[in-house]
Amino acid sequence: MATNPLLDEQPAPTALDRPLLTPIKRRSFFMYAGATAGATALVLAGCKDDNNNSPGTVDVGSGDFGILNYAYALEQLEAAFYTAVLGGKYFTGLAAGTAEKQIFTDLALHEKIHADFLKTALGTNAIRGLTPNFGSINFDDRTSVLNAAQAFEDLGVQAYNGAGRYIQSVDYLTLAGKIVSVEARHAALIRDLISYNSFVGPVSGATVTSNAVIDPSTTSATARQEQSKLPSVVLATANTFLQDGSKVSANSFG
Amino acid sequence: MDFFQILNHIEKVDPEVYDRFDSRRNVFKHMGGLGKKLSAAAVPAMLGTIFNKAYGQTSTLPQIIIDTLNLALTLEYLEFYYYQQGIASGLFTGNDLNAITIIRDDEQGHINALRGVLQASAINDPTAASYDYTAGGNLAPFSSAAMYLAVSQSFVDTGVRAYKGGAGNLINDPTANKAILTAALNIHSVEARHSSHVRSMRRAYSTGTPNTNGTGIAGQDNGGGAGDPLPKSWISGTDSDGPKPIKTVANTAGPVGGPLTAAVYGAGTDATKYPAENNVMQATVNVQTNSMAPAGLTLTATAASEAFDEPLDAVAVQAIGRNFLSALGRTNKLFGS
Repeated sequence: MATNPLLDEQPAPTALDRPLLTPIKRRSFFMYAGATAGATALVLAGCKDDNNNSPGTVDVGSGDFGILNYAYALEQLEAAFYTAVLGGKYFTGLAAGTAEKQIFTDLALHEKIHADFLKTALGTNAIRGLTPNFGSINFDDRTSVLNAAQAFEDLGVQAYNGAGRYIQSVDYLTLAGKIVSVEARHAALIRDLISYNSFVGPVSGATVTSNAVIDPSTTSATARQEQSKLPSVVLATANTFLQDGSKVSANSFG
Repeated sequence: MDFFQILNHIEKVDPEVYDRFDSRRNVFKHMGGLGKKLSAAAVPAMLGTIFNKAYGQTSTLPQIIIDTLNLALTLEYLEFYYYQQGIASGLFTGNDLNAITIIRDDEQGHINALRGVLQASAINDPTAASYDYTAGGNLAPFSSAAMYLAVSQSFVDTGVRAYKGGAGNLINDPTANKAILTAALNIHSVEARHSSHVRSMRRAYSTGTPNTNGTGIAGQDNGGGAGDPLPKSWISGTDSDGPKPIKTVANTAGPVGGPLTAAVYGAGTDATKYPAENNVMQATVNVQTNSMAPAGLTLTATAASEAFDEPLDAVAVQAIGRNFLSALGRTNKLFGS
């Protein structure tokens, strides 16, 4: 194949055995896709939709049970996080009746309810319990707790919205909808706790200054909408909070 | 033919062309056999299929999708003009004015995006004149910041329930990667973020001091009782039937604001499919009794109701919306008039 300057845009993969989990520009990707004609240089590991995992990872499976397990994995993480918050000095130091005591009490209850519900709904199809890794979070420190909470909640909203396209049953789509709006309420409040008025993203005055949450444009196709993410992207972040052996994959989905 | 040259040319007129194709994983399914199985003559047809799928925005969407999105659009216009007027009213200053400006801009973006999807099938811009925010004289939303926000909360919580109720209608979205369904979900969660902030602002204005940080004021279970004076940022029970603003405008017809906001948190047309917001049954599971509280906490029915928001069917949404139409709005046949 003739040299093509677009190929030069391909960044080096971070792990040679999982090139497709490395974000690459879509235009570069299509150069590779076209190169399968005749050439077989591209490694396809991690791309198949069977459960071809690295040892110790938990794949969520396929179909609607796969999406529910994906949600269950994320809710397990959130529930474990807020339960850990309850034992840290930030929370225990809050006086009864204060706003933040009430807020983090509710957050812990809601996420536990979500995780327990999904486990029950999945029955024998549920993935196993996951072991989190919260080593990067200081549960005695308000800022550390709030920043982690914000990361988890925004991620959860992006995850549910990005998974919607895969759901085949109207009932499950509605169920996901019932949970995601609560997560969005959580996320907005935590952002407001960190910086009041940042409920849809970082702001300066009345201007949304980044696409951390929504697309700030009022005219694009995704104008002022949540920046949902596909499962592989979400899990790349979620897995940084899960121990080896509890890392999650969603090989049946994007 | 040079496939990549074609993509280059398309990219010049459509920079997002690469985003329109299937996810990378799916492309392997579709293109993986290219070298082995397909003859050169078959390639153009295969490519044509890929492009059709990418640009396969049907010239006419299914009617159920058009109707669902137009209901959403009608609500977005209702909110857009409400926030437009709120900004102009002088009720808010500083950070609080910034907040409602952000929300106004979000609604503008959502309107633009929905119109972009619906194209010629979109309703005409109803203009502000189609809406009567006093609900026929029952409310005085511009009499105070607190009153304004109470009505705001009712609008936005209706919108969240409407998007949730309508999402199922979008499940057979024919566009690539179900872009319309995804857009609706991505609008829905932003509306929920609005509700969270509006509720925080309502807690703030309970102090009587503008530009108070509402995250520092505790919300109460069920919003603290009649009138929902101290709402949490999530719906708690039925929020005691909502803000139920006290009627401040004398008129001869219509009840005090109660029924208007009760419908926002109550059951839909079919209470089994669309229960009230204090519901704790999800997919035949009682989510309160199903769960064990984290150590030291009590898992109440209220908490269980808060953990899930409820959808509302289009008929019930329209009934709420019709309270806020002027004569022109009814002439324009908004909200099923």
